[in-house]
Amino acid sequence: MDWLYVLMPISGVTIFWPGLVILGVGVGIIGGFFGMGGAWMVTPGLNILGFPMAFAIGTDIAHMAGKSLISTMRHGKFGNVDYKLGVIMIVGTVGGFEVGAQMIMWLERIGHVEVVVRWMYLVLLGLIAWMVFADVAKKRRKEREAAARGEEVDKLATGIEWHKTFHKIKIPPMMHFKMAQITCSAWLPIIISFLTGWLAGILGIGGGLIRMPALIYFIGCPTHVAVGTDLFEVMISGLYGTASYTYKGRTELVAAIIMLVGAAMGAQVGTVATKYIKGYGIRIAFGLAVIGCAISVLLKLMAKWWPPLATTFDNMATTLILGLVATMSLYIFVKMVQGAKQEVAAKKRGMS
Amino acid sequence: MRKLWSKICGLGFFMTVALPQLALAAGEKAAPLVLVADTRKLSGIMKYWADLYNESHFWFTALTVVLIPVIGLIFGVLADLVMSHIGIDLKSRDLAEH
Repeated sequence: MDWLYVLMPISGVTIFWPGLVILGVGVGIIGGFFGMGGAWMVTPGLNILGFPMAFAIGTDIAHMAGKSLISTMRHGKFGNVDYKLGVIMIVGTVGGFEVGAQMIMWLERIGHVEVVVRWMYLVLLGLIAWMVFADVAKKRRKEREAAARGEEVDKLATGIEWHKTFHKIKIPPMMHFKMAQITCSAWLPIIISFLTGWLAGILGIGGGLIRMPALIYFIGCPTHVAVGTDLFEVMISGLYGTASYTYKGRTELVAAIIMLVGAAMGAQVGTVATKYIKGYGIRIAFGLAVIGCAISVLLKLMAKWWPPLATTFDNMATTLILGLVATMSLYIFVKMVQGAKQEVAAKKRGMS
Repeated sequence: MRKLWSKICGLGFFMTVALPQLALAAGEKAAPLVLVADTRKLSGIMKYWADLYNESHFWFTALTVVLIPVIGLIFGVLADLVMSHIGIDLKSRDLAEH
């Protein structure tokens, strides 16, 4: 069964390549649907398949740049990408990313990279999950209160509305973003993107995990536009990250290309699925995925704390991550197929 | 309000720029990690790729950055062709947060 394994030319590790394709399909679907690169699944996934952590980060960023390009092309056709907002955010993202990437290289030299990255992942995932579910709970409370008054809440209403406070800051230049339907100071997306880029550089991710909720809660984008614009950002920051990590010798292009084979189809499925699932459906699924990811990172940390049980915890984390990728991508795939079937049936009824 | 805003900006700037700089300064004592690809077991394009990495990180990086979007674009167009045969509208959708 040697043909199932490929020797990676730079890192020198032997990798089970069908695992890379499967991982690519799964995160392609999830990434296209949630508007992110999916590094939070890919980096531990590549680590599990046998890549050292630094290579897992670099290879993941290279693959996500290609995959996000595919998803952005599709989201752009749906009108989900605010290119003006995306271009403005690139300034902050690139600056922040380089500061973060330099920091991770320092951590690698002193030998604490894995522990620090995992702890930061955990704290951040906890905060994001809290934010998403606080938003959902608030929205439901608004709906209940409106129902008690015999009214209905607006279809585009949201739970958490922090962006309204940020929009009151009128530092020039003020800008209008047509696709996102918002007007705010240009400094708001620049500062938000710098902070998210910095965190992305440290964690070795494209930043979608942080930027997608930031676009919704701090900048005020509708969910679908946040997904599409974020993917455009992930594509650019992913390319920049690829250059940065490759120059530092931490990218395995062969593995990234193998993953792209699966990710190309997965990204299309995930993107088209956003056509059939409403904004809050995406937010809730996103929150659940974040919780699953946080548990897997915690298990990895527990493996370090209790060495006698390390194998058990590692296996549990592996099962959880792979189970999470499989379940989420299957759910999105089924929703996409159901939606497509209904649309095709409706078209046929209209023609007859 | 303006004073508070400038303080917040100043703190943000310090946290994002100055702290990593301090961290980098502290890291200079450690020896830099240099990786060299082992080409003894490789052949063909894999060997070429590893040799390129060993000889020039710059060209290796440049080629990687060009190849990733090109390959993504090719795979994306192919996947697009497959999806267009399903028969659904791939150019519009309803806007709703519900």
